[in-house]
Amino acid sequence: MTGAAFPIVTQGLNHWFGVGEARKQAIFDVNLSIEAGKLTVLMGPSGSGKTTLLTLIGCLRDVQDGSVHLLGQELYGASEADLVLARRKLGFIFQAHNLHESLTALQNVRVGLEVHGASLSGKRSQFEAASAHLLGLLGLKDRIHYLPGNLSGGQKQRVAIARALVGNPRIIFADEPTAALDKESGTHVVRLLKQLGEQRGTTTVMVTHDNRILEMADRIITLEEGRIVDDIPVAS
Amino acid sequence: MTAILARLLGRLPIGWLQLLHNKTRLAAAVAGIAFANILVFVQLGVMFALNTTILLPYTLFDADIIISAADANTLTDGSNVPRQRSFEAMSVPGVASALPLFVGNVDWTRDDGNVTNLQVLALDPSQGAYVIPEIRNKIANLLLIDTALIDRMTRGADTDRLALISPDNPLTFETRGRTLTVPGTISIGGGFSSDGYMVTSDQTFLRLFSSRIAGAPNHILLKTEPGFNVDAVIEELRLLLPDDKVKVRTLAEAAKADQIYQTTERPTGLIFGFGVVMGVIVGLVIVYQLLSTDVADHLKEYATFKAMGYGQSFFMGIIFEEALILAIFGFVPGLIISSILYQLLNSATGLPVMMDMARPIAVFLGTIASCSISGAIATRRLASADPADLF
Ligand SMILES: Nc1ncnc2c1ncn2[C@@H]1O[C@H](COP(=O)(O)OP(=O)(O)OP(=O)(O)O)[C@@H](O)[C@H]1O
Ligand SMILES: [Mg+2]
Repeated sequence: MTGAAFPIVTQGLNHWFGVGEARKQAIFDVNLSIEAGKLTVLMGPSGSGKTTLLTLIGCLRDVQDGSVHLLGQELYGASEADLVLARRKLGFIFQAHNLHESLTALQNVRVGLEVHGASLSGKRSQFEAASAHLLGLLGLKDRIHYLPGNLSGGQKQRVAIARALVGNPRIIFADEPTAALDKESGTHVVRLLKQLGEQRGTTTVMVTHDNRILEMADRIITLEEGRIVDDIPVAS
Repeated sequence: MTAILARLLGRLPIGWLQLLHNKTRLAAAVAGIAFANILVFVQLGVMFALNTTILLPYTLFDADIIISAADANTLTDGSNVPRQRSFEAMSVPGVASALPLFVGNVDWTRDDGNVTNLQVLALDPSQGAYVIPEIRNKIANLLLIDTALIDRMTRGADTDRLALISPDNPLTFETRGRTLTVPGTISIGGGFSSDGYMVTSDQTFLRLFSSRIAGAPNHILLKTEPGFNVDAVIEELRLLLPDDKVKVRTLAEAAKADQIYQTTERPTGLIFGFGVVMGVIVGLVIVYQLLSTDVADHLKEYATFKAMGYGQSFFMGIIFEEALILAIFGFVPGLIISSILYQLLNSATGLPVMMDMARPIAVFLGTIASCSISGAIATRRLASADPADLF
């Protein structure tokens, strides 16, 4: 299995929370290969370990046991410097929007670009234009200079989505990105993500309960109590 | 401002935007840092004033070497030195002349009934070469018995009245059962051990202090002959004179030793030194509290940045940016208020509480350093944590 066809491969992945008496296993022996350019959905009841799995394969948690191969790089035992570089290839949309309250919508998105510094082909002066353009695509054209405090929950979520997308990530991890959105904008966002996958080969891993999204998924993985209990490729 | 900072930093000035976002908190932080600065400035001001006033009496004399009793730490304490030592000293090649110096304290009951304490420095008025020109010009007036020059900077004194004093319009006052005539003034300024100074002839001194005798002054001042190395002469003197009885030092060394003694071994000095240490510690605590609260409050946002691929240096950059901005914003009002307080202290105590060039720079750099270090310590938690654990 090559890194190109399967940007994410896990083997014997286990994860525990807490120490001593309180130590509790949240992920049990997860073996998973996720295909490039596809929309993979993670489902399961609350507390089943979806967020934990997503953060493990998304470089946001140290891998304790087993292996995670992300874009050809082993995350088990990876150095902090390697993790920092790896994270720049990813886009994360969090369960909570996690916008910076002191920055405007535009500035929040720009932060997602600035992380690439001068290595990005675009010049710094173009950062603003690129950020504004993306916010426009997400229907926030006249809200770009608003602070998050003055935006609705759905608008904030769309800013967070723009922030994750603006750096052209290889993989997008999304944790219930449409929870705060109405039916229409939710579908719009997922369609946008799917489009990206087709045009640029972006891989998307998304946690969701949303039935409308399930219809668009290429593959649906179901977790229960930290184990994969169901894995359905959806023919498209 | 935001645009300027963005250009300077080559990135969004997130620290600045963060500070600006919560103006009440910014105002409180600036006030806190200004307060910390004022605290340190005032303590330093008082401490330096003490240091300065200790040196003042030494600056009145024009001598190369001072012989003091082995147990003397200041001009006023310790045993007396037998005048015979001056004759012994004269036998050393390179010693040009010697002058006994007498030191005591008198109360000056002023016209308004208030009492001030004057430190008396007494010497032979025919030896004008041993004092600085300002006193040399007036010392001839002291040839008459029961005359004295007093310090017009004396704490609490009526400066307008003292300014009028001249040989034709002298001041008289009674002390230790004698009536002294003051035909002139000098300018020194009081310190922590006395309110001011008085210079008299050795003869007047001996009349004021009947228990003192001409053969036992407090110190002996020496002048060396031109062409002789003062340190070499001191070496010779140390060989000649018993070191368990007397110590031989340059005037500057004696002044420095007095300063060290008074600031590190005497209660006043210790208290003010302690004040500076306390001021710095309280300042550090305030600054640390401010910066670490700020980091804690933005931890979620920083964790998000970390998840996006920002490294520790990025967060340090934000913290330094905040530290620098807060240090500058707090320093300016801190310096202004401290300067005003210095003037108030100066006029209230007569102590030379004054701002010099080095102090603001030191306090400013200290503020930046403590802000930065506090911020760096506060971001350590961020460095070790998984981003997912911080949301
Ligand atoms: N930081 C943590 N410390 C201790 N236990 C945790 C932590 N995070 C998650 N857990 C536990 O791990 C298990 C899986 O949690 P996780 O957040 O992955 O569930 P989830 O599937 O995302 O649920 P939800 O749909 O409610 O978001 C739960 O039992 C939870 O209590
Ligand atoms: Mg979850």
